[in-house]
Amino acid sequence: MRRRLINAHPTRGVAVFLAALPFLLLLFAYVVGSEARLAENPNDKLLPSFSSIGQGFARMAFEADARTGDVLLWVDTAASLARLMAGLAIATLLAGTLGVAIGLLPYMRASFNSFVAVLAMIPPLAILPILFIIFGLGETSKIALIVIGVAPVIMRDMILRVEELPRELMVKAQTLGASTWQIALRVVVPQMLPRLIDSVRLSLCSAWLFLIAAEAIASQSGLGYRIFLLRRYLAMDTILPYVAWITLLAFLLDFGLRKLQDRAFPWFAEGRKQR
Amino acid sequence: MQKKSRFVAALAIAAMTLTAFAAPASAEKKTEFKLAWSIYVGWMPWGWAADNGIVKKWADKYGITIDVVQFNDYVESINQYTAGAYDGVTATNMDTLAIPSVGGVDTTALIVGDFSNGNDAIILKGKTKLADIVGQKVNLVELSVSHYLLARALESIGKSEKDVTVVNTSDADMVAAWNTKDVTSVVTWNPLVAEIAALPGANKVFDSSKIPGEIIDLTVVNTQTLKDNPNLGRALTGAWYETMAIMSSNTPEGKAAREAMGKASGTDLAGYDMQLASTKMFYMPAQGVEFAMGASLPKTMDSVRNFLFAHGLLGQGAPSADVVGISFPDGKVLGDAGNVKLRFTAAYMNEAAKAAK
Repeated sequence: MRRRLINAHPTRGVAVFLAALPFLLLLFAYVVGSEARLAENPNDKLLPSFSSIGQGFARMAFEADARTGDVLLWVDTAASLARLMAGLAIATLLAGTLGVAIGLLPYMRASFNSFVAVLAMIPPLAILPILFIIFGLGETSKIALIVIGVAPVIMRDMILRVEELPRELMVKAQTLGASTWQIALRVVVPQMLPRLIDSVRLSLCSAWLFLIAAEAIASQSGLGYRIFLLRRYLAMDTILPYVAWITLLAFLLDFGLRKLQDRAFPWFAEGRKQR
Repeated sequence: MQKKSRFVAALAIAAMTLTAFAAPASAEKKTEFKLAWSIYVGWMPWGWAADNGIVKKWADKYGITIDVVQFNDYVESINQYTAGAYDGVTATNMDTLAIPSVGGVDTTALIVGDFSNGNDAIILKGKTKLADIVGQKVNLVELSVSHYLLARALESIGKSEKDVTVVNTSDADMVAAWNTKDVTSVVTWNPLVAEIAALPGANKVFDSSKIPGEIIDLTVVNTQTLKDNPNLGRALTGAWYETMAIMSSNTPEGKAAREAMGKASGTDLAGYDMQLASTKMFYMPAQGVEFAMGASLPKTMDSVRNFLFAHGLLGQGAPSADVVGISFPDGKVLGDAGNVKLRFTAAYMNEAAKAAK
């Protein structure tokens, strides 16, 4: 009998090759396109060669800027990561605590559940001008944009996850004499923490999006700022390495959070593997 | 096996589509051309000329078609031109040098349309002297003509960019930014200047009328395309100066044209006339010729290229401001004569001037 496609697994080597294939194809397409354009015009800015991308990266990462004396890549990275971390930390704290409270307490839920749902629907970028007026053009408004963009989504996720907890668990804790506070702290929060990490991981992408959008509008440093500044001069030899760098940072953050989850909550990781 | 090869073929086609998309437009004899323009007081005539059939009339005369396309984003229009998607674009002298010319696209300044004579300005909140700007955060579109204006203004009082902190702020958000507490000084262009200057506490302390002739608005075209198709240059200059003659005439027709241009740029006749007052328009082709041939243009371009070099905009570790050559109508070249990428010409404006007589 013919083997069904859903049961045909690639061997290890084939799997590695298949995983690399899309990357290689993209790279190939880039090289062909870049060479075609460079043959026509050696100074073409749109698809620079890998060597000029490399030089662009080296210039940003290792050479001091002529005007400011800073090595721009690191200054930009530090500025962006500080904003991203501050925004994510505030959003996580806010959404974690409120999410658990709303999910657990019927009175809180009655009052806030639909409010949070509606709040999460507001596109944060649309209210950016208002954020400027309230928080000014400095760091506060950039961090606020990340918080406003990310917190409601994490919060809704937390509410749903708390509601998903087996009813029996609550009943059992109550028969053992636990108060609401004890149930929250001893039963719900430990269950929620690893799920909160999942939720933050999923929010990373939008957090970056809001960070870069905020930096595009008014700033003096940051990865998004640099990209939008250089975009004015079509300096793809610097923009492309910056994009790769942002991708790498995002990947590392995601990876770090996953490792943290594995380490801090081995029971959770184990449960997921068994599924 | 068959499936696999089909899969590979599909991938190859996908890759080829990608590369075809990225392939550059090459110049040759052709009949269809595209011009990109964006909203600015000195470029509004292009939109009006296209809407009123003047561009078509002149294109028909030379048996070609010219598609005049409006861009909402000025920088994007220049980038599209630089990438080869358009044959011409409206741009300032500074951006033309820094984007297409540095990007290796040999570009000819076909029409010198006007120069900013007050359209770009430095505005302070609560302070009245330019010197008060020292130590302040200055919000502006970094690396734009605003940045250049600031550099020239600071130069005029013996200061430099080190004495202020530049904050990159998108022009779309400039007015909103002005209304926030921590913004105390901005550099921007019209119509934003008019809008901000009208607010309480705003004082214009420096504007482009103090550096006349340095911020120049051009209509530029690809040099190779123009060389292969001189009729494109004739049709564009013909349409342009016919429009200039109409809009500058003190007739109901001229007024209606200016009113339409004003409306298209988000203001009215009075608002547009006010912007024109701070723009030195070259309504007559002879004025454009005179300016392009003048002795001040090479000086201005020298100052501009040095500004660009100081800000790292002349490309990959450029050793000096000389890397890109700029040629002038008299044949003189500023910078590398072997790498001329920006050419000022009076030839087509001259032809239009002769035809006008």
